[in-house]
Amino acid sequence: MSRTHVTCTINGDEVEFLCEDDTTLLNALRDEVGLTGSKEGCGTGDCGACSVIMDGALTCACLVFAPEAEGATVVTVEGIADGNKLHPLQQTFLEGAALQCGVCTPGFLVAAKALLDENPHPTETEVRYALAGNLCRCTGYDKIIRAVLAAADYNGSEG
Amino acid sequence: MTPFDYQRIPEAAAVPAQLTPTVRPLAGGTDLLTRLKACLDRPDALVDLKASDLGRAIDRVDGGWRLGALVTLSRIQHHPGLRADVPALAEAVSQAATPQLRNRATIAGNLLQRPRCWYFRNERVQCWLAGGEGCPARSGRNEHHAVFDTDGPCVATHPSDPAAALVALGATVTVLDGGGGERELAVADLLVPPTDERRVEHVLAADDVITAVTVPSAPRSTYLKAMDRAVWAFALVGVAAAVSADGEVRLVASGVANTPWRLAGAEAALAGPGLTPEAIDRAAAAATDGAAPLAENGYKLPLLRTLTHRALTAVA
Ligand SMILES: Cc1cc2nc3c(=O)[nH]c(=O)nc-3n(C[C@H](O)[C@H](O)[C@H](O)COP(=O)(O)OP(=O)(O)OC[C@H]3O[C@@H](n4cnc5c(N)ncnc54)[C@H](O)[C@@H]3O)c2cc1C
Ligand code: SF4
Ligand code: FES
Ligand code: FES
Repeated sequence: MSRTHVTCTINGDEVEFLCEDDTTLLNALRDEVGLTGSKEGCGTGDCGACSVIMDGALTCACLVFAPEAEGATVVTVEGIADGNKLHPLQQTFLEGAALQCGVCTPGFLVAAKALLDENPHPTETEVRYALAGNLCRCTGYDKIIRAVLAAADYNGSEG
Repeated sequence: MTPFDYQRIPEAAAVPAQLTPTVRPLAGGTDLLTRLKACLDRPDALVDLKASDLGRAIDRVDGGWRLGALVTLSRIQHHPGLRADVPALAEAVSQAATPQLRNRATIAGNLLQRPRCWYFRNERVQCWLAGGEGCPARSGRNEHHAVFDTDGPCVATHPSDPAAALVALGATVTVLDGGGGERELAVADLLVPPTDERRVEHVLAADDVITAVTVPSAPRSTYLKAMDRAVWAFALVGVAAAVSADGEVRLVASGVANTPWRLAGAEAALAGPGLTPEAIDRAAAAATDGAAPLAENGYKLPLLRTLTHRALTAVA
């Protein structure tokens, strides 16, 4: 089977790659584009480690075929910092030690960014519901929730 | 996963004629990809409905709403008109899956998702529903399985929350076939128990495409769901209650049978449109009439009675 050519915008850059029709977007990001931040925890939509923002919507990249991304705009964890300046969420995750093994962290950061982009000052309950699609087997969630709430405060002080 | 061709057909009306048992439609992919990865489905080609002009609009129509087949669960969840006018549907989608999945999952794909029975989903098991022989769940691990109609060949439950709400609301789907014919089908008639000849939970042919879902208004409606966890899980038991425009009360449960299950005994016990506390008590007690639970899932019966009570109280 001939390989399919896909053109899309990833983290603000126009990117072209070749893939098989049955390659997932997650595998294309990792293996063809070289962005290995997004992780495969389950491959079945359960864990959210593969979370990306596709055309503005938080999405499991493990359940999208790469050809479906033709013309799409994709944001991965590699795209959330502002150059060398960490995103407030990255900063508060670091400061609050909101990770242990770190496999779930890229997915949590992207999911939390999707939340704060829409709702800059969520309540704790809103944070918990917004992150329900992300599983962490190490931290017990509490530090993650605190880090997201701290980043939301940061949003406030930035205006 | 076996290799396949990814195809785009810009005109939705031209899609059905291209479909065959091995050329299948792809919507949000949130169920189909999990099936492909488990080799439950081995298509030669997938036609991406999202690359076509298949409906994506949410329109007010006479007496209710018309949702294009590609409308996502998130859009339903956040639509103020649907939340006010068909709360059972909005509540069912809000409690289904996760934010990531609701952003992608379409309403038509949700109705046609396949069961989550762990034997069916296991690549190494070929149970009856997967085309093999026998039902290992019947004598095996069946805590998530059916409690009604359990003498059929399969005791898997239908995994959809919206399906139960749509049956309670009296919703219909519009179906376009490969010959260009269009028909309207009640969701209650779309979803049927699998049989030896047709081992799926719906009546659609290979060249049928759902183009829209039409939902009658029922501001007095609700969907309640019991889960292992506050969110993210499939229903252990769910109950949809809806009072139709002519005052009829319909009760439909999820998580208890091969299809959304009409609680006919409970409806009859209401004996009239007045949802008095006494009538609600009678109906809740009758919700489990005819149930025949398996070894591990008797716990579903009190859940079903309690959710029926709460749902009726909410719409009273
Ligand atoms: C981790 C997880 C948790 C979940 N939890 C829940 C839950 O709690 N409640 C719940 O209700 N659901 C749940 N789901 C299921 C999810 O809601 C469905 O997978 C989703 O709604 C399917 O829609 P889709 O557009 O992604 O369909 P697809 O996966 O694209 O398609 C599903 C099926 O429908 C067919 N199809 C799609 N559109 C059409 C059409 N227009 N005409 C004809 N055929 C069509 C496809 O060929 C395929 O066979 C969960 C899924 C996952 C992975
Ligand atoms: S309940 Fe149905 S899907 Fe599950 S093992 Fe039995 S036949 Fe297969
Ligand atoms: S890897 Fe995609 S949800 Fe787990
Ligand atoms: S830090 Fe290990 S899974 Fe979350």
